[in-house]
Amino acid sequence: MNDHEESGTTPGPLSRAARVPDRPAVVHAAHISKRYGSTVALDDAGLVVTEGETHALVGRNGAGKSTLVSILTGLQQPDAGQVRFAGRPAPRSTDRDAWRREVACVYQKSTIIGSLSVAENLFLNRQNRGRLGLLDWPVVRRRARDLLEAYGVDVDPRAPAGDLSVEQRQFVEIARALSFGARFIILDEPTAQLDAGAIDRLFGKIRELQAQRVTFLFISHHLQEVYDLCTTVTVFRDARWVLTEPVAELPRADLVAAMTGEAGGLITARQRPLAGAGAVPLLRVADLTARTFAHLSFDVRPGEVVGLAGAGGSGRIEAAETIVGLRRATSGTITVDGGVLRPGDVGAGLAAGIGFVPRDRHRQGFVPDMSIAANATMTIGGRLTRAGLISRRRTDAEAGRMIDSLAIKTSGPDVPVRALSGGNQQKVVMARALAGDPRLLVLIDPTAGVDVRSKEFLLNKVDEAAGAGTAVLIASDELDDLRPCDRVLVLFQGRIVAELPRGWHDHDLVAAMEGLSRHV
Amino acid sequence: MSETATAPPAPQDTPHRRGARGGLSGIRFARLRDLVLVPAIVVIAIIGQLVNPVFLNRDNLVNILQTMSEVALLVLAQTVVLVAGKMDLSLESTFGLAPGLAAWLTVAAGAGHGLGLLSGAWAVPIVLAVGALAGIANAALIVRFGLNGFIVTLGMLIVLRGLLTGISGGQTFFGLPESMMYLGTTVWLGVPVSVWLCLVLFAVGIVVLGYTRFGRALYAIGGNPDAARAAGVRVERVLTIALVVAGVLAALGGLLLSGRLASVASGQGNGYIFTVFAAAVIGGVSLNGGKGTMFGAFTGILLLYLIQNVLTLANVPAQWIGALNGAIILIALILSRITSGKAQD
Repeated sequence: MNDHEESGTTPGPLSRAARVPDRPAVVHAAHISKRYGSTVALDDAGLVVTEGETHALVGRNGAGKSTLVSILTGLQQPDAGQVRFAGRPAPRSTDRDAWRREVACVYQKSTIIGSLSVAENLFLNRQNRGRLGLLDWPVVRRRARDLLEAYGVDVDPRAPAGDLSVEQRQFVEIARALSFGARFIILDEPTAQLDAGAIDRLFGKIRELQAQRVTFLFISHHLQEVYDLCTTVTVFRDARWVLTEPVAELPRADLVAAMTGEAGGLITARQRPLAGAGAVPLLRVADLTARTFAHLSFDVRPGEVVGLAGAGGSGRIEAAETIVGLRRATSGTITVDGGVLRPGDVGAGLAAGIGFVPRDRHRQGFVPDMSIAANATMTIGGRLTRAGLISRRRTDAEAGRMIDSLAIKTSGPDVPVRALSGGNQQKVVMARALAGDPRLLVLIDPTAGVDVRSKEFLLNKVDEAAGAGTAVLIASDELDDLRPCDRVLVLFQGRIVAELPRGWHDHDLVAAMEGLSRHV
Repeated sequence: MSETATAPPAPQDTPHRRGARGGLSGIRFARLRDLVLVPAIVVIAIIGQLVNPVFLNRDNLVNILQTMSEVALLVLAQTVVLVAGKMDLSLESTFGLAPGLAAWLTVAAGAGHGLGLLSGAWAVPIVLAVGALAGIANAALIVRFGLNGFIVTLGMLIVLRGLLTGISGGQTFFGLPESMMYLGTTVWLGVPVSVWLCLVLFAVGIVVLGYTRFGRALYAIGGNPDAARAAGVRVERVLTIALVVAGVLAALGGLLLSGRLASVASGQGNGYIFTVFAAAVIGGVSLNGGKGTMFGAFTGILLLYLIQNVLTLANVPAQWIGALNGAIILIALILSRITSGKAQD
């Protein structure tokens, strides 16, 4: 681990490339820096991908992977540094066609137009023209069929692209990328939405294309896939390059360590005593199953903080949203304090005493133009009435109490939430969750996009609530969010694969979230 | 993908023959959604014939096509815009203002309230120019300034309508120059020019939308503007052209109606936009863009006018036609929802 750290001081990836001089670098990015305002997205980072290899790029959220991809595909310009393709400087940023001949990216978000046929998607804006300059559809379809056949993609070119499965859409996008002449393809988390069978077929396809000298840069959150598929791995952390190693020579533990940094060690233990093991569970989830997760069963006791960890696509968010009633499970029951919750009914959840911090505060957390008071008391309006009408005075008084208790920085309860900073906005969302003195708090990514001090404050509030006997469920992939937990359940591909008691190591948790625990 | 799920592969022919076959089956596949209304049109024709034997008379059919031709051009225009994922409410005002302004400038000062500034020969160019200008104004606000298309064209609808009221003083222009009357009154081979024009323009529309890069770019933009841009489509330019073409077509439609009625009423086109949207949506054009064809839109407006004609022939009192029209639109929507099997967007 430590020698990797030291090598970071030299322009690392460049020296690594020198080890294989016989194989030219397909892409060579050196000393790339990029800032967005005050945020450093990339800091003197680099990447060398040699021809014919499948190169993995891994790192935790915010490591700079996405920024590097948009620079490698010419969508963004680096503030400093240079990108070269096969030794030549990168094309001008305006020359999209030239970029497309060098590199193609299959993004997580599909760029296929569902209302058009597969053939048309493949040759959009470059369809063949016949007599009178009119499009020659038979030729377009034949070329599409030939292209799909050449790369062994079994899709009918006449089918509407919207009818394709995620897997087929990716194959079509790969075929389209290759048809521009690019022999270097970036796959941005291609497996996030695929099931196991589809992942196998995708890997098979990648290996086939590798045999045709196509080079891949593979971005994934699942380290097991890196070991299954890739020859070389590059790790980014905190906007910096950390290491580039042949996969076969890098033990898994070292890879995880490189991703998490030296954080390790014991978590700052919370002062709160463990919840009594004998207490009757407040939340009881039994055999809960839906499209994205299966057979979840667990309890949360009063005063206990339970983490629900998992990477993107693990089903943790969907599971938490099902518990509060935003989604409906296909089977299984949710019991709060002995009463079975009506599925898919947020109102029933609120009535049963659930307080909820949703995943994306901008979309589900608050109404930006409404005041702090109105937002924070949204779920308890019924208790602040006078003669059947919502009392402005009682609302403001209640909101004032919340502002004090959560230390929201504002000139008063009438300020619209839009005007607050991200951290204070999230406090308003937390205030709303706490408003009805809930018996169960369900928090999804409760500190996403907030500054360090607000994060600390919000997590202390969680601790405080638990100390007062509230049961808490935190669904997050942020290690910091999970530190207050008495135990952490880890979801991987929709199933609980590990339960870690308080005192877990970062390495263990990350490994479990990346699906490695079964293999280590 | 299993063998049964894919269409049977084309037989091993020479490229030419294989191409021809692929084309035919391709049309069959792609047009299935468009042909949804054809059975309904046949059924209406049969009912019409049973209600009144006059229905299938040549004169009656020509009459239906002629009264339909003007609004049909609005449907044509709106379809171009809708496919690209926008909407243009102001078309119905352009439909009135374009011939109105031409009449104002060319009708002699003595007769009515024309200015008589220009000779009659200028009338048609003015009509088309007004349509183009309305389209350019819309494009500037929607494409350049990035304003919401619905609200921009709603505002434009009110402005253009108000301009017509202003110049006409709320009255009707009579005594139009010959050139303005030609398209609305002349008959070629026993069929009014307006019908020929309407059919030819729809044929052109089918070809442009189905067989040119410009037309396919409209679909791509309506389906996913970012993906279209990534494929090298010049999104802003295509949208601007679409809006200008729509304005010109609407002006032309207005010219046909003015010619047929030999006048321009100050309320010409008022309220047409609802029929236009109904026809387009019934014909399978999505309000969200990217879906629908010109042929489908044509069957949509044809169906609405056939039903209206049948109601008239059945001696339904004129006072009730409005309510029935609305009901017909709703029923047609429900039917097309059932036949397409998908939630309408």
